[in-house]
Amino acid sequence: MKVLVPVKRVIDYNVKVRVKADQTGVELANVKMSMNPFDEISVEAALRMKEAGQASEVVAVSLGVQQCQETIRTALAMGADRGIHVLHDGELEPLAVAKMLKAIVDKEEPGLVILGKQAIDDDCNQTGQMLAALLGWAQGTFISRLEVGDGELKATREVDGGLETVALKTPAIVTTDLRLNEPRYASLPNIMKAKKKPIDQMSPADLGVDPAPRLETLKVVEPDKREAGVIVADVTELVDKLRNEAKVI
Amino acid sequence: MNFAMTDEQRMLVEVVRAFVERELMPHEEEIERSGILEPALLESLKQKAIASGFYAANMPADVGGGGLGTLEVTLMEQELGRTSMALSQCVYRPSNILMACQGEQIERYLLPTVRGERMDCLAMTEPGAGSDMRSMSCSARRDGDDWIIDGTKHFISHADIADYVILFVATGEEETPRGPKKKITSFLVDTNTPGFEVREGYRNVSHRGYHNCILTFDKCRVPNSAVLGVPDKGFEVANEWLGATRLQVAAMCLGRARRAFELASSWAAERKQFGQTIGKFQGVSFKLADMLTEITAAEYLTYAAAWKDDQGAMTDQDAAMAKVYASEMLSRVADEALQVFGGMGLMDELPLERIWRDARIERIWDGTSEIQRHIISRSILRPLES
Ligand SMILES: Cc1cc2nc3c(=O)[nH]c(=O)nc-3n(C[C@H](O)[C@H](O)[C@H](O)COP(=O)(O)OP(=O)(O)OC[C@H]3O[C@@H](n4cnc5c(N)ncnc54)[C@H](O)[C@@H]3O)c2cc1C
Repeated sequence: MKVLVPVKRVIDYNVKVRVKADQTGVELANVKMSMNPFDEISVEAALRMKEAGQASEVVAVSLGVQQCQETIRTALAMGADRGIHVLHDGELEPLAVAKMLKAIVDKEEPGLVILGKQAIDDDCNQTGQMLAALLGWAQGTFISRLEVGDGELKATREVDGGLETVALKTPAIVTTDLRLNEPRYASLPNIMKAKKKPIDQMSPADLGVDPAPRLETLKVVEPDKREAGVIVADVTELVDKLRNEAKVI
Repeated sequence: MNFAMTDEQRMLVEVVRAFVERELMPHEEEIERSGILEPALLESLKQKAIASGFYAANMPADVGGGGLGTLEVTLMEQELGRTSMALSQCVYRPSNILMACQGEQIERYLLPTVRGERMDCLAMTEPGAGSDMRSMSCSARRDGDDWIIDGTKHFISHADIADYVILFVATGEEETPRGPKKKITSFLVDTNTPGFEVREGYRNVSHRGYHNCILTFDKCRVPNSAVLGVPDKGFEVANEWLGATRLQVAAMCLGRARRAFELASSWAAERKQFGQTIGKFQGVSFKLADMLTEITAAEYLTYAAAWKDDQGAMTDQDAAMAKVYASEMLSRVADEALQVFGGMGLMDELPLERIWRDARIERIWDGTSEIQRHIISRSILRPLES
């Protein structure tokens, strides 16, 4: 079975994100970008399936600016077989991404799409679910364990209060959570091989999707600065402060 | 001219940095405090390095190495330089001079070293022969088909964990127009050879967990097949293969300086005194400006020399300029970074005091700053002198 892994280019998790002076978004100039950490976990999951003989091919897909090819190359250097890049310079919302992924799925016919549960830039946590809905496929979200059977997957989901295991008929969608695996480093030989692996480039129009945003961003602001805490003497004082100062009880 | 990294170079840098941050840095503190790199830790980190293909990345692909060029090795060394010497050595880069192995030496030394099964160390320095290497008194004399080695080497890095030594000894003297000159031969000698002993070396201020040793040879008998290269041509072998090790030193300095600089700049942006962050004081912010300017200058000097080496065009002067500038830059940057931290900079809670201590050796080994300047000035003046 073929496995499709969407990989998103996001601001590196080590970067201190700064809001642009005009409040239209966050500063991206001269900022280190990396693959969304959840997507690294997805790539790792797909590679493990391939190594176990459960997947025949791992295809990495990225949507966005030209430099998304770097993110795809990173997936290829980890061991993915080939890449697909949908070039688009403007903003992309989860629904547009899901529609384009659906068009790619229709063409590529993978047995499984492994997405990160969310991207660490906008934290939307929507694309996987929307894609499953558009395709009418089974979905297992926030998975921390994946067992691959014949025509069926067992996905263990991290839900409030415990773990839930669901059986999914393939083709299916899963979205990965942090504890699924620890992604590998791209190895030196794979880095060298990555250059020779093909990346197909296409546009949203090629996929028949209009990627225009449906939402308007009014403004982006920094979160309020956290004030220093105080140490209270006893429970009575705490309750008093919660009631009269914080006004939360 | 093109100063951009290729996709491969960028990924190499990213992935080595991730490896250093996730696998190596978490062990820094324990090694600094104990002074010991536990054998089990060395082994596990080594296996991870082998699995990622970073181990012996500097060696040619046809002997099982990573096949990286000098520029890529330099970029990788720079990333490894962000952590301590003891830890970066777990991602071992064998001495390139092993490429001079011939015949059975290839199976016995070169290939197992690239595979991570054996480890080399390299011994030139003696108590009486440092910068003036040719004055060495450790010697080998012929005895039938064998050689008998006698003498002492000191300051020999990681001989305690090495399986064999690439040894340089005097093998006689020849007359030259400028007086008598010692002939030097290079040997490969297993550390378990009778008559050869590896002793504990001195404790020193730099590089905790990465030890230097004293090697003694007492009528140590080795066969003629132990000669690396050709008898009496030891320095020719060294000159052919060891030129780029000065670039390694330079590259390590770049990585350390970058780390010190990053620590200092975040601190300058956070630490408040007199009601504002200390970075707002020009006395502090100009330090950062100078640091970054010097680091960048050292980077370009080093990358350019490495690039020239890949073209087969690097001169002794290129390597010397990169080494002396990068190592002295690191001393200044480490010192100023520590100053930005004030008292906290000296405490072993932070990696800065280590970087500051470790910086000191870089101006000494692989040719002191004075010797590098000697090389540079000689190449300036020689062509001008009649
Ligand atoms: C921790 C450590 C690890 C080492 N590891 C190794 C190793 O693995 N293998 C190995 O072979 N060696 C190793 N060395 C040795 C190192 O390369 C020497 O220390 C270095 O070459 C300098 O020699 P020296 O210490 O004897 O100093 P000296 O040569 O005695 O120098 C003393 C001073 O005189 C100056 N000086 C000497 N000659 C001149 C000149 N012509 N012009 C101007 N100034 C001059 C020097 O610059 C220096 O300032 C190591 C050293 C240390 C400290």
